[in-house]
Amino acid sequence: MKKDINSNRYIFMYSTILVIVVAALLSVAAIFLAPYQKNNKDNEKKINILSAAGIPNVNTDNAKQLFEKQCTAMYLLDDKGNVIDESGKAFDTDLKQELYNKEQGKPYGLPLFLINTDTNLAYVIPLQGTGLWGAIWGYIAIAADGNTVLGANFDHASETPGLGGEITSEGFQKQFVGKTIMKGNKFVSIKVQKGGIASLPEADRNHAVDAITGGSITSKGVDEMIENTLRCYLPYFERIKK
Amino acid sequence: MSNFKKLIIEPLRKTNPITVLVLGICSCLAVTAKLKPALVMGISVTVVTAFSNLIISCLRKGIPSRIRIIVQLVVVAALVILVDQFLKAFVYDVSKQLSVFVGLIITNCIVMGRLEAFAMSHKPWESFLDGLGNGLGYSLILVIVAFFRELLGAGTLFGYRVIPQSFYEAGYMNNGLMILPPMALIIVGIIIWIQRTRHPELQDNNK
Repeated sequence: MKKDINSNRYIFMYSTILVIVVAALLSVAAIFLAPYQKNNKDNEKKINILSAAGIPNVNTDNAKQLFEKQCTAMYLLDDKGNVIDESGKAFDTDLKQELYNKEQGKPYGLPLFLINTDTNLAYVIPLQGTGLWGAIWGYIAIAADGNTVLGANFDHASETPGLGGEITSEGFQKQFVGKTIMKGNKFVSIKVQKGGIASLPEADRNHAVDAITGGSITSKGVDEMIENTLRCYLPYFERIKK
Repeated sequence: MSNFKKLIIEPLRKTNPITVLVLGICSCLAVTAKLKPALVMGISVTVVTAFSNLIISCLRKGIPSRIRIIVQLVVVAALVILVDQFLKAFVYDVSKQLSVFVGLIITNCIVMGRLEAFAMSHKPWESFLDGLGNGLGYSLILVIVAFFRELLGAGTLFGYRVIPQSFYEAGYMNNGLMILPPMALIIVGIIIWIQRTRHPELQDNNK
């Protein structure tokens, strides 16, 4: 008997089976490949943390080794700036989730990485924010004085290439080196200034960088991301200064 | 054997998907600034066209014609996700450079075009070869375009410097225009021009 391959019954059965088979196949592949992908992601994270701290020439091959050598500690911090975990759990902590817990009034732990560069001890803080189209994130390294920025890098999920996407460019990230986040005793963060830092009074120029032309909303996102995240870490810096 | 040759070789020349059928131009502009991503993109598209052709050809007698495009899309999408996952696992840096373009292989006209035009009406092995040939034809053009763009735009090939430093000291400069997308289109145009001059039968005669 020849089946009618255009009957509704057949079409429903056919599509159901097809979708189940494909879904099963993709799940198996995803599970099988997950460890490799996690390894790559971890490597990338290590590269980002190290290069934010100002360590030159970090690449995929030496990232793991350099990270083990130069990362002296990984902390999780509570709301008063106390270290609540030193076991290295910080590396796999998702900042986004922790910031959400903070908002909800639940207990949380903020990750912090201590990188020993040859000249400095850098406190590398992960950043998490929103750009124009999606998430933006990055790392900023603060020196032991709790004030000077040693370096920063950013990445994004889906900002416009050539406009907002320029936050990943070296030119934009280099601007942060040497800026200070405190004005006297007041926290002012690093402003991402539309119109350029030249439009600011002399005294404020050390707390700001040039925004990206055509990337105003992304620039504002970076600005807010740095301010909001750094604010959470202030208690810790207060403590280490004492 | 002649059939085998025809299916593999013809798409490299007289039925090339980019220069003759002018399909898949979008990704050709986007990923050809450097050779390495272009090559990986070429391989990815080849894998997807070859295997989607093979799978669709095996299923072709059972596919209800009313949902055949959806079935094709599901197969192509599954293969593309697989390729994307493999790239993320084994060539992470290239997969970051290609970013959305791997996902966009789903919408690459070459894939759907070959499924509709060939795989739905031919045997599995022939379809596989046809997909392979068309994927290779696409890769060939991508690699040629990327070769010129990387060489003239950055002075490197696969990231290695090939134009010696002494040239730069003598006043030679990289052509920044080559890095920009329009140059990919212009190079494809030149390839088409050369190809049609050599094969007059490809020219349109509107007499």
